[in-house]
Formats: sequence, C-alpha cells, structure tokens
Amino acid sequence: MISKDVVEKVAKLSRLDLDEAEITLYADQLSQILDTMAGLQQIDTEGVAPLAHVLPIENVLREDEVGECFTQEKVLANAPEQSEGMFQVPKIV
Amino acid sequence: MTASRLTIHELHDLLIKKEISAIELTKEHLERIQALDGEIKSYITVTDDLALQQAKSVDEKLAAGENIGLLAGIPMALKDNLCTEGIETTCASNMLRGFKPQYSATVVNKLQAEDFVMLGKVNMDEFAMGSTTENSAFFATKNPWNADCVPGGSSGGSAASVAADLAVYALGSDTGGSIRQPASFCGIVGMKPTYGAVSRFGLIAFASSLDQIGPLAKDVTDAALIMNVITGYDKKDSTSADYAYPDYTTALTGDVKGLRIGLPKEYLGEGIDPDVEAQVRAAAAKLEELGAHVEECSLPYTRHAMPAYYLIAPAEASSNLGRYDGVRYGLRVQSKDVVGMFCQTRKQGFGPEVKRRIMLGTYALSSGYYDAYYLKALKVRNLIKQDYDRAFAQYDCLIAPTAPTTALHKGQNQDPLALYKGDICTIPSNLAGIPAMSLPYGLDRNGMPVGVQLLGKAFAEPTLLQVAYALEQNTSLTRLKPNQGKGL
Repeated sequence: MISKDVVEKVAKLSRLDLDEAEITLYADQLSQILDTMAGLQQIDTEGVAPLAHVLPIENVLREDEVGECFTQEKVLANAPEQSEGMFQVPKIV
Repeated sequence: MTASRLTIHELHDLLIKKEISAIELTKEHLERIQALDGEIKSYITVTDDLALQQAKSVDEKLAAGENIGLLAGIPMALKDNLCTEGIETTCASNMLRGFKPQYSATVVNKLQAEDFVMLGKVNMDEFAMGSTTENSAFFATKNPWNADCVPGGSSGGSAASVAADLAVYALGSDTGGSIRQPASFCGIVGMKPTYGAVSRFGLIAFASSLDQIGPLAKDVTDAALIMNVITGYDKKDSTSADYAYPDYTTALTGDVKGLRIGLPKEYLGEGIDPDVEAQVRAAAAKLEELGAHVEECSLPYTRHAMPAYYLIAPAEASSNLGRYDGVRYGLRVQSKDVVGMFCQTRKQGFGPEVKRRIMLGTYALSSGYYDAYYLKALKVRNLIKQDYDRAFAQYDCLIAPTAPTTALHKGQNQDPLALYKGDICTIPSNLAGIPAMSLPYGLDRNGMPVGVQLLGKAFAEPTLLQVAYALEQNTSLTRLKPNQGKGL
C-alpha cells in the first residue's frame, strides 16, 4: 500500500507538482500496480546476475578528436529563454 | 488510381517502368490524407511541400536514366518520436509541441540517402507510453478496420496510416510491443529488430535498454527491404551492435522444410482470446504442412515479464524524462524560482500516463526500494533471457500470439493495470533483446485482424522473415485489407 505521503515524496523527487486529486489517484493506482509486482519477491534469484543490458558490450571508447559540432545559435535554437548566448533560467539563489 | 494500395516492391517496379511518377504517387497519398485522415487522424504533421520536393528529385533521377534504390520515391510516415531536422517532432506531448530538432535521427538520414519521400509525422501514445494511441496529448487515432476501435499503440499512427493506405510503410519504435501490437491490431506486418541492430540516435528515449526502431509494412518483402536500409552500426549510438548485417531479402525463399519451431504454452490458454489462439495454432499447422517441425515448448518465467518490465521501463523512463526541465527545449512554465519552474513545467507538459510511469520508476529507484524492486526486476530479466537461450538451443523460431486480443474498443481503457497486462506477449522479447515480428493471420469473429508473432534469437531476423514469407506465400490470410466503407 502506497500512502499519500509516499506519493508526495516521490512526486517531489520527480519534480512533479501534483494536485490533491492526482495524489489520491496515484496512491491508489501505484498500490495496485505494486501489489501485482509482489510476486517477483517469491522468485529465487540466488546467484542470478542483474541484467541491465542485453548486448555483450562494455565501455565503448573513441578517439578524443574534435568532430562536427553545432554553432551556439543552433544549440540555443529551441531555448525557451536565452540571454547573451546562454540558456536563461529563473534566479537560483 | 489505386497505386496507394500497392507495396514498396510493386511500386518500385512501376516507378522504374515509368508507369507512374514519384510525384503522382506522392500526390495520390497526399490527396488520400486530405480526404481520409480527418476521420482516421493518424498524422500529427503532414509535410506536403517536402514530400513533393523529394518526389521531384526522384523523378529527375529517373528521367536522367539513373538507377534508384528500392525505397526511392516511396511515400512513408515517421513516428513522431524520430527527430527530423527543422520539422516539428512532438512525441505527441504538450512538452514538445513546437520542438524542431537541430538534427535528424540516424534512420532518417539513412532513408534520406535512399531518396525516401516523407509524407509526415504520425501519432503515438505520449512519449511512446501506452498501447492504444489514446494517450496522445493531441487526439486519438482510429483503427481503419473499425472506427470504434483503437489502432493499438504506441505506434498507432504508424500502423493506421499504413493499413489505410495513407503511407506505403512507416517506421515505429518498440519498447514493449509498440510496433508489433498496433501492426497486429491493424492487420499489417511489424518487426522489432534485435536490440542494437538499428541505431537509436535521434529516437527520443523512453527506456533506453529496451527501445528499438523498426518497420511497419504491408507485406514481408517490404519489411525485409526496409530492414536492409535501417540496420547497421552507428558510432553515434553507444549501444549499436557492430555486426555483419545481411541482405534480408535472401531469407525470402518460401521454404521452411526442416525448421524447428516451438509453440510456447505460456503464450496460450488463459487470458488469450480463443479466436487469437485458433489462428496461432492454424499458422503453426500450416508451417507443419510446409515441412517444419512444430512442437509445444515452455518458457516458465514468461508470467514474470510483465511485473519486471513495468519496473525496469518506468525506472529508465523516470531518468530519461528528467531532461524535460524547461531549460534547453520544449515547454517552460514560468515560476518564481527554478525548482518551481521545473515542477510547473512538468505538471503542465506531461499527461497522466507519463506522470504515472515517472512516479512508478522514481519509486522503484528510490532509496529503500531499489533492491526490492529495480534490482530484483533486473535479475528476473536475466531469468527471462535464459528461458529464451534454452528455447533457441532447440528451436530456430517460436510462434505465439502478438497480443492476447484483437483491437480494443476505444474509450474503455482507463485501468492502467489491465492495459499493462495486454503487453504480456510482447514484453518478454524486449527484456531479452531478441527480434520478433507480427504477421497478420486471418480475422476474429468480429472481422478484426489477428496477429501471429514470430520470435528468434538475437540477429535471427532472417529466420523470422523466412517463416513469415512462407506463410504469406502459402495462404490468403496474411494480406488483409480493411473493408473501407464510405469510399475510404
């Protein structure tokens, strides 16, 4: 069972502003979903390695060379707000 | 003119014989979109000027006597999570409304190099999260077979546009069945390639260890032709597989004699619609008749794939979607401070299913729950992969349903858990990274198409195409067309 407190905490971690109705809904739905996942706990995974990735590749390295890159103008083309060639955000401190 | 009903290979022949021009073909599709897509609603953006310009350049090459590639001049549609430089790419989300990428996805560049004709960008569940295309922030797409049904999802726009002859083929992406299930619901061919076979560069990420781009096509030959162009190593995708990709058309022999085919019992029985099961068994019987050896087999961890997937995929999504913060691109909602700006932007930019999965994933990754949920799911993922490894030591290919049912009715899909359970036949192969395809095979009692799924070991796409082609050549059940009333 996921309490509303847990939902609020997870929403904060997720940087999601939820209203009261959403908190109630997600507490209910996440509880139901996680209930069905409880069965996983019964599976014996002793000695089984976690599989994060299916391909047998590890680090992919390349030469540290300058490749093609975008102009500053192009990088900023989708910026909601910009100033003096930089992404602009609201005051942080 | 009914050229829009034809396949890539049929149209290519007409183009080189100059029986039709690329411009005529493109105009016919644009006119159909104009006439019919107001009803079907598969396209988010139609790029008419670009399409006509691309078609014109193909006609110029033909006029100059140049050879053209098999996809040249063939009008197609792209799922709207594939970046197209300078062309709006929305992921069907308010978060990315108006977003014009600064670069194109590798698959788009590969198609461009083959002189493709892009008709536009098609609808999907927001950020590819869903199985009905009802989670699009813009509008729901209808199933061309029955307007009261969903086209499936998340690549529902891709499937509906091809099934309704509003595109000759389309690209989609498949994280847990998002190519195969809509292909099944709309009566067309869909393939999820081996993880790493198609570059993900420029595919807007949902769950990076599961996402894979693939074709939705009118027949098996077309799927092979598209695979020939889109597969390949790409240094821009660090999970791209460096592999000697074959010419997939060489698999289209029509011969399946001696092939060993497994029919996994966990994909049949309870929870599977009897009409769907009957068609899967009929396809298996047909393969036996054609000389393959079919027998029942078992993949015991199959039932744990759904819970494992719905921890792993949302966990990856919660991380991937962290980038939508209103700073560099996409929506920004102003607030008094920066954290308020993040929270308000994400509140207004994301729809309910996306928020639900971000929440689920963040929970599974958060301290205190990581070992019990996320890590456990990754171990179970390994067990699922080992199931397949054992099966493919014995069988060349497995045959199963693509989805437990045919197309769902629209507007009745409010329970997320019920929808997640509908993915049981498709998600295990994403977790294992193996290739799988959906082939239309007959209709259910209501006249809706059934999809039969073929699964193989990593890089066994040729075997899947070989089996699918043999079925296609030996029955009349695979090339189906919706009964398009109202002059559709």
